[in-house]
Amino acid sequence: MVSSLNDLAGGVFLLTAFGLIVPWQAAQSLRLFVVQSMCLAASALLLASGLGAPDLIAVGALTLATKSLLIPWLLRRTVSREIYTRRELSPVVNVPSSLLVALALVVLSYFVAGPLVAAVPRTFARVNLPIGLAGLLLGAYPLLVRREAIPQVIGILAMENGAFYAGVAIAPDLPLIAELAAAFDVLVIALVLGLLTRTIHERVGTTDVASLATLREIRVSGAILRKESGAREGAAR
Amino acid sequence: MTSRVLTNLLQVATVLLLSPLVRGILDRLEERVQSKRGPSVWQPYRDLWKLFHKDEVVSEHSSWIFRVAPYVIFVTPIFVALLIPVLTAYPLAFAFMGDMLGGGFVLALGGFFATLAAVDTGNPYGPMGASRTRMVGFLAEPVFMIVFFTVSFVAGSTIPYIVQQRWVRPLPTFFEPAHVLLMMAFIMLILAEAGRIPVDNPSGHFELAMIDESKGLEYSGRAAALVKWGGAMKFFVLLVIFLNVLVTPWGLATTQAPAQVLLAVPLVLLKILAFLLLLVVIESSLAKLRLFRITEFLGAAFVTATVAMITRVF
Repeated sequence: MVSSLNDLAGGVFLLTAFGLIVPWQAAQSLRLFVVQSMCLAASALLLASGLGAPDLIAVGALTLATKSLLIPWLLRRTVSREIYTRRELSPVVNVPSSLLVALALVVLSYFVAGPLVAAVPRTFARVNLPIGLAGLLLGAYPLLVRREAIPQVIGILAMENGAFYAGVAIAPDLPLIAELAAAFDVLVIALVLGLLTRTIHERVGTTDVASLATLREIRVSGAILRKESGAREGAAR
Repeated sequence: MTSRVLTNLLQVATVLLLSPLVRGILDRLEERVQSKRGPSVWQPYRDLWKLFHKDEVVSEHSSWIFRVAPYVIFVTPIFVALLIPVLTAYPLAFAFMGDMLGGGFVLALGGFFATLAAVDTGNPYGPMGASRTRMVGFLAEPVFMIVFFTVSFVAGSTIPYIVQQRWVRPLPTFFEPAHVLLMMAFIMLILAEAGRIPVDNPSGHFELAMIDESKGLEYSGRAAALVKWGGAMKFFVLLVIFLNVLVTPWGLATTQAPAQVLLAVPLVLLKILAFLLLLVVIESSLAKLRLFRITEFLGAAFVTATVAMITRVF
């Protein structure tokens, strides 16, 4: 029963990882990320009972608290609402090609994880390792092709989710302090990136990363003027 | 043997008689969600009754295809109903005549004739809808193929009775990622094939935006009734394949006792009702996609189905 529920969590985890690469609104990405984190937490809790590793209960609870409650709340607080409901117009790669790339990534992760699973004598690694690896790679994909800052942040967080998802199965007795540090780390990442995005949005008027390609020197005397021209440029794009 | 044939006939009767009801319930539920009262659940039966008593008008420029097509559309779902487990968990007399692939081909034959008939009339909206349906069809085709590959790979067969016994019924395999993903892909396929909302709007009255509906515009009287009824039966059959074979194979008759077989009818209806609730949620929360974004929708279905296969291959 534990194993089959873990399988179910794995399937939903993979589905949400796919959802993250399709350019919806940022709010959708965030919602999918919450569901994905819940799957991760569910898997950790199930593995805690399946492998008899009490540490994993703490991991599951931490994940649930930070990733499905605290981080979404932080990202919503720090970044203005308008960014979440705006529709991303032109992804760098169109959706069908993105989906095919995602497919290739999943094939790759299953291909790579095959021998690894054979080497690790853990029961749950057969499901968790390849799916976690796929989650990692699929989380990295938005970093390359999404143009908005928030989906990119969510991509980084999803990568972390994938790594954790594989981790709970292959190293269930990792010291709790490492998990704690990682959870706190992610929280800080979300906060810093959220604030950064907010500041960029205020200064430049856009969070389209394509228009943030060059650094610009701002002299104190001409600061206001430059800022305005930057905003206009951002709006034009 | 005779009882098996009788059960088989009962299956066909179930599909014939209950399919308009399912349509009616779905329409009513959708109107209720939009805070309207909605038509009665028996409205499709009244429509069919009315159409059967009306005169038929056939364009003199149309050929025999136009006249034959309604019968083909009407008969093909009945053929499929002979092959799939509608009421019983054990195979019936005709079960081994064709597998899921065969059923898919028979359903596709109905669609093919509908397309031909739409082109046959010379009504400008017919060919337009027909070509769009074909577009959705050929995008859905690879997904169907991958779904069947996966099913046959996992269960060792594409006969629906064997699939539900070997793969879907045992609990450990029910929850495995391949099955979850495959269910997801199949839901998307049903939405595309039945012309439901993210792909097509079945209640739209604007010919230029129609995909599935515009093929039947030229039909009147009895032919229109047959096309309508055939469409309802196709939807019913798709739901039955999805629910009884891939998702919830429970509640089907396991013995040949007539009481048990009859009891399976309300149970199947109950399962379909539960799925209709899900469908109403999907349809009410999504907007219809633009025509060229259907590629993305079915691309997602394709990738989901392929990943379902990959999780089992390695």
